[in-house]
Order: sequence, then C-alpha cells, then structure tokens
Amino acid sequence: MKKDHRWLESQGVLMSVLVTVLVLVGGLVEIVPLYYVRSSVPPIEGVKPYTPLELEGRDIYVREGCYNCHSQMVRPFRDETERYGPYSKAGEFVYDHPFQFGSKRTGPDLHRVGAKYPDSWHYYHMLDPRQIVPGSVMPKYSWLHQNKLDTSLTKKKMQVLRKLGVPYTPEEIEGAQAAMQAQAGGIYDRLREQKVENVQSDREIIALIAYLQRLGGDIHWREAQQP
Amino acid sequence: MNYTDPAPVSAENYDDDTVRGFVFFTMFWGAVGMLAGLWAALELAFWQCNLESPYLTFGRLRPLHTNAVIFAFSGNAIFASVYYSVQRLCRTRTASDLLSKVHLWGWQLIIVLDAVCLLSGFTDGKEYAEPVFIVDQLITLIWVVFGVNFFWTLARRREKHLYVAIWFYIATIITIAVLHLVNNLSIPVTLFKSYIVWSGVQDALIQWWYGHNAVGFLLTTPFLGMMYYYLPKAAEKPVYSYRLSIIHFWSLIFIYIWAGPHHLLYTALPDWAQTLGMCFSLMLLAPSWGGMLNGLLTLKGAYERVRTDPILKFFVVALTFYGMSTFEGPMLSIRSVSALGHYTDWIVGHVHGGALGWVGFTVFAVFYWLVPRLYGTRLYSTKLATIHFWTGTIGIVLYMVSMWVTGVTQGLMWRAFSQDGSLTYSFIETTKILFPYYLVRALGGALYLAGLLMMVYNLVQTARSGRATNPPVPAESVRPSRLEQV
Ligand code: HEM
Ligand code: HEM
Repeated sequence: MKKDHRWLESQGVLMSVLVTVLVLVGGLVEIVPLYYVRSSVPPIEGVKPYTPLELEGRDIYVREGCYNCHSQMVRPFRDETERYGPYSKAGEFVYDHPFQFGSKRTGPDLHRVGAKYPDSWHYYHMLDPRQIVPGSVMPKYSWLHQNKLDTSLTKKKMQVLRKLGVPYTPEEIEGAQAAMQAQAGGIYDRLREQKVENVQSDREIIALIAYLQRLGGDIHWREAQQP
Repeated sequence: MNYTDPAPVSAENYDDDTVRGFVFFTMFWGAVGMLAGLWAALELAFWQCNLESPYLTFGRLRPLHTNAVIFAFSGNAIFASVYYSVQRLCRTRTASDLLSKVHLWGWQLIIVLDAVCLLSGFTDGKEYAEPVFIVDQLITLIWVVFGVNFFWTLARRREKHLYVAIWFYIATIITIAVLHLVNNLSIPVTLFKSYIVWSGVQDALIQWWYGHNAVGFLLTTPFLGMMYYYLPKAAEKPVYSYRLSIIHFWSLIFIYIWAGPHHLLYTALPDWAQTLGMCFSLMLLAPSWGGMLNGLLTLKGAYERVRTDPILKFFVVALTFYGMSTFEGPMLSIRSVSALGHYTDWIVGHVHGGALGWVGFTVFAVFYWLVPRLYGTRLYSTKLATIHFWTGTIGIVLYMVSMWVTGVTQGLMWRAFSQDGSLTYSFIETTKILFPYYLVRALGGALYLAGLLMMVYNLVQTARSGRATNPPVPAESVRPSRLEQV
C-alpha cells in the first residue's frame, strides 16, 4: 500500500480527482433521494404560501436574525408537544425559503406560536419583552413600531418565489399591495379593539405580527383542540 | 500538474509578503471577531449591552461573531499557513504574485462588506452562510483565485511527491467550493436580497451538509494540514506514522460528508437520513482520533521540550481538544443524547471546545513558530507566550464547563414533569437560572481574548526586532529526512 500511495502522491491531478469523487458520494446519496422520493416530504393539505404581508414579516424575522435564538421545529417528545403543540412535519415547510429551524433555544420554539397570543401581546412584547415576560433577555425591537414597511420589492419577491415553485398566481402577485393593506387593516383593527394606542397600520411590526400569527397554523390544530 | 524535471536552480525567492499580510489580518480579525463573541456573551447575561441599537442586537451580533471567527480569523490563518508551507513543500515561489495579491485584498474586502451587511440586517438567514448574494459571488471568485494559484503552484513544484499537508489542503479547496456553491444557490431580488432555491426540509439538509462540512473542511482539514507541516518542524521530529496519515486522510474526507444530518435528529427530516448521519458520525471518531494520535505521538521522545516550549504546549492542548470534541461530537450524534443536548448550550460548549481549543490553539502554535521566521529573528518573549498559553487554557475550561452545566440544566428542566403530569418549569424559569454561568462564560471568553492580545503584542515586538525577508528558494531538496518517514 505504501508504495502505491507513494506513486499516487506524485500524481497531483489524479489525487485531486479522487478527492472530488470521494467527497461527492456522501452528499449525493443523502440529498438526491430527498428530491426524487416523494414520500420523503409527504404533502399536507391546507399548507399554503405566505400572504404578501406575511412574506414581508418573514423577511423581517430573517433580517433581525430571530433564528439565532428561536427554533421553529417541535420535536416529537411529550415535553415539547406539551409546551409548544403538535410536533413539526416536513410538509409544513415546503414554502420556507430559507428554512428557519434554528439550532439553539435561547428563547422558546416558535413553530406553533401562531394564534397562541392576541396580536397586542406581540405588539407589546416586541416593544419591551420584559413588560410581558419579566426576566427575559430578549432585545427590545422598538424600531419595528417606527419603521414604515418597505413594500417596493414585494411583487418582485413573489415573482422570484414563483420561479422557485411557490404557487403564487399572477393575480395574487398583481394584487399584492391591496392584499397587504387589507390584512394589515385587519391587524390594525384588532390591535385597536385590544386598546393599543398610537398604532399605525403601515409599520413593520404589523407585518411581523402577521407572520408570527400564521406560524404552524396550517394544520388547524388549535381549532381541533377546542371542545 | 505532474512532476517535471526540476528547472535549473533559479534565482527565485519565496513570496513571504503575502504570508505576512494574511498573518496581520488573522490577528486583526481574530481580535474583532472574539470581541464580538464576548459582547454577544454579555448580551445574554445583560440584554442592555445591545445599547438598544438595531445594529447590535444579539441576532445580528452573533452572525457577525461566527462569520468573523470562521471566515476572517480561521480563513486568513489558513491562507497564511498554506501560502508559507506550500512554497516550501513544492520548493517554488507561489505561481502568481498577482493572484496572491488579489486573494489577500479580495478576502479582506469580502470580510468588510459582509460585516457591514450583517450589522445592517442584510443576511441570507442560514448559519455560517449568512453572506448575501453579492458577497457570495465575491467569495466564489476569490476562492477560485486561491484554487488556481494553489494548483498552479503545485504544477510548478520541484519536489516530486506531495506531502500529507498538501493532501489536506487539496481536500479543503475542492470541498469548500462545492459546499459554498450548492448551499448558496439562489435567485436574487436585489444584490443584497435573494431567495435560496431549496426550501424547508431540503434546505435544512443541504444547510447542515454544508454546516457540518464547513466544520470538517474549514475548521478541520486545513488545520490538520497545518499540524502535519508545522508540528514536525517545531518538534524537529518526523511525523509518527506515514501509514496512519494515509489511512486517516482518506477515511476522514470520505466519512465527514455523510455526517451532516446529526444536526437534524428528531426533526422532520426523514428517518433514513437521520440514521445515516448518526452512523457515519460515530464512524468519524476513528479517523479523527487517527489524526490526533499521529500528532501527539510525533512528540514521542520530545516531552522534555513540551515542558519548556510554548509552541509545543499549544500543539499538545490543541490536539487534546481536537480529540475531545471529536469524541463529544459522535456522542452528541446518538439520537438519545441529541434529544437532551440539541438546542441547548451544550452544543455551544462543544463548538467552542473545537473552536477555541483546536482551531485557536493551532493558529497560536503556528504563528509563534512562523512569525519569527518571517522576520528572520527570535520570538520576543517566550515567557509571555507561556502566560498566553495558561490564560487561554483557563479561558477555554471556564467556557466549556459553564456551557456543560447550562446545557444539561436546560435540557433537564425543559423535559421535567411534575407529579400531576404538567410541565414543571415555564420557559423563562429555565432562562433565568443560567445567569451566573453566563458570567463565567464571559469571563472565560475575556481571558481567551486577553491571551490573543498578548500574542499580538508579542508578535508585533518580534516583527519589530527583525526584518521582513523573502528568502531564496534552495537548490537542493531539504525535505525527506526531516519531515517524513519514508
Ligand atoms: C473570546 C472568545 C469567544 C467568545 C466569548 C465567544 C462567544 C460566543 C457566543 C456568546 C456565542 C453565541 C452562543 C449562543 O447562541 O448561545 C458564540 C457562538 C459561536 N461561536 Fe464563539 N466565542 C468566542 C470565540 C470563538 C472562536 C475562536 C470561534 C471559531 C473559530 C467561535 C465560533 C463560534 C460558532 C461557530 C458559534 C455558533 C455556535 C452554534 O451555532 O451553536 N467562537 N460564541
Ligand atoms: C467527529 C467529529 C465531530 C462530530 C461527529 C460532531 C458532531 C456534532 C453534533 C452532533 C453537533 C450538534 C448539532 C445539534 O444538536 O445542533 C455538533 C455541533 C457543532 N459542532 Fe461538532 N462534531 C465533531 C467535531 C467538531 C469539531 C472539531 C468542531 C470545531 C472545530 C465542531 C464544531 C461544531 C459546530 C460549529 C457546531 C454547531 C452547529 C450549530 O448548531 O450551529 N465539531 N457537532
């Protein structure tokens, strides 16, 4: 063996080719079937793409790096399903570009946080987490309540996602602005009902609330749990 | 790039200016990146440390820390070590001065651009792959420049055989290129915002195939290459076993690639992929320990020198931590252990055992050996280097022990049930209890950073006492007897 390897060491090209082949094998064997074996990601009925407002909210979630502290992947253990809700299934994430499973729970999991709290909870929690959860180490995100939501790219974002297989229809893309205003208006009305002062419907926080309230709800588990 | 007859003795000199450039930036970005780490650590103890500024919240500072220590600190250290050792091992000057310059400055430009983007909230949102679309393209470009320069240099070599360090460098360059391209395949909305073509579970698998192998091929293989070149030099002994180096090289690079799914145990990833990841992670212990043993045993008979020479001390501890994290890693890949450890600080402790112990200490060992030679002089203070060694070691121990404690505490509290069948602790209770340990971790990080600053001072003084030289390429081979057991 030593002698043959000694020879190989004088063949730089051959050696590099061998290395390339070796490192490609594992990746191909694991990754390719995930695309071609349909049962790897069983489709779930009712899982829908994010609305334009939720999409913008999700991009804010990514921008602020929430995934550095929060996971979005409930594991199938009794304590986790008790604490968060039903465990996460592959089919629920098919429209997530990028995935946001996270790897560290400095804060709790967020995959089933949708509809867990009223909109005003999130509004105040993002303004000052300790007002809602004393002792929390989460930063304040008060700029979300001040910054106007930038919607100039929303259409373009939807077009790109459409190319990647997210089934937005041309009508949905055309009507993005109107859809956003309608959904933001709904959140605004609820916040007002819940006695939140000084709200404006065109702020970033509204989009983020839309996204958070949407999380993990496509399987309608909260409704199913009501007596 | 096959061996050709040596050219008649040329009047060539080695290009060590490039090496000095990378050395300088390693130390600079190392200090920046670890300061960001320390800052992030303090934010977890005192949230007010973010100064209520959007730019400094934990969610933006942590990626800055990871990108800075991985790509800027480790990256520049790798380039410095590679450019120095490959020239010697091939007995030729690096192929292209122009490419070397483009590489050196291009990489620093990437780092600055990435740092500004991350703090301003432009990110791809995938761990260690945060750089945005335009920065990704620049990384690809500069990596190709590095690759061309490297392989071209190999083609011009005057030594027939490629030494084991070079095998590891080859694996690094090829694999990182593949990982980077696949994990960042995306369609841009703007230059700073794009959507990855993969989604959901598939994106997760590709991400951790990338993430684990960034550990494997950025924080491991190049450092093994460095170990194989600089440790025998520093110890003035040949590598312990040539046969072992062959076996562990090929098995390491083959097995590493499969292990990614250990980051996704008990998630929605299909079971067969999880099982593959777990099995290969367990197997990975063997080639990893092969490398560690080959390093440690190279010091056989030099133990007396280990007591007095800080360079060898750094190497010994680096290899020990390498052995430790490559034992802990496979353990964490066992499903039931992952069930407890995943999502907790245990993982953070594991990361920093590898990062501070193996990666950091290897860089320090190499630099204490290298910088005096780059300036044709002796190390300014061996004593200060020894103090650095102890400060750093205590820092790592404080960091790791506090993270083991918090990790296991979190894991156990999250899963605790009361008699009546309800969860014992609310989430916030499991957070508040960590506070004192987070202070210990920050202290450990501060000590480690202090050690780094001692090294910077020591090496700056060293450089000032000597002169930057680019020594001539020797006409005769000086290698075999000293470096290898053939
Ligand atoms: C002064 C030294 C350092 C300190 C104080 C420090 C501190 C930290 C902190 C506070 C985090 C975030 C942990 C969390 O999310 O809970 C972190 C993450 C991380 N650090 Fe460091 N760090 C240091 C040095 C390094 C070095 C030298 C490296 C690599 C060469 C490194 C690599 C990482 C990585 C990869 C992560 C992400 C861990 C994960 O995803 O689980 N760190 N560090
Ligand atoms: C045989 C070798 C190794 C194996 C099998 C291994 C295995 C693992 C496992 C199971 C995790 C936990 C993933 C999770 O639960 O989230 C992990 C995380 C990690 N390991 Fe290792 N490890 C090895 C060596 C190393 C070394 C030497 C380093 C550093 C130089 C390292 C750096 C990391 C990093 C950065 C993470 C954190 C990823 C994240 O969650 O962000 N590992 N490793």
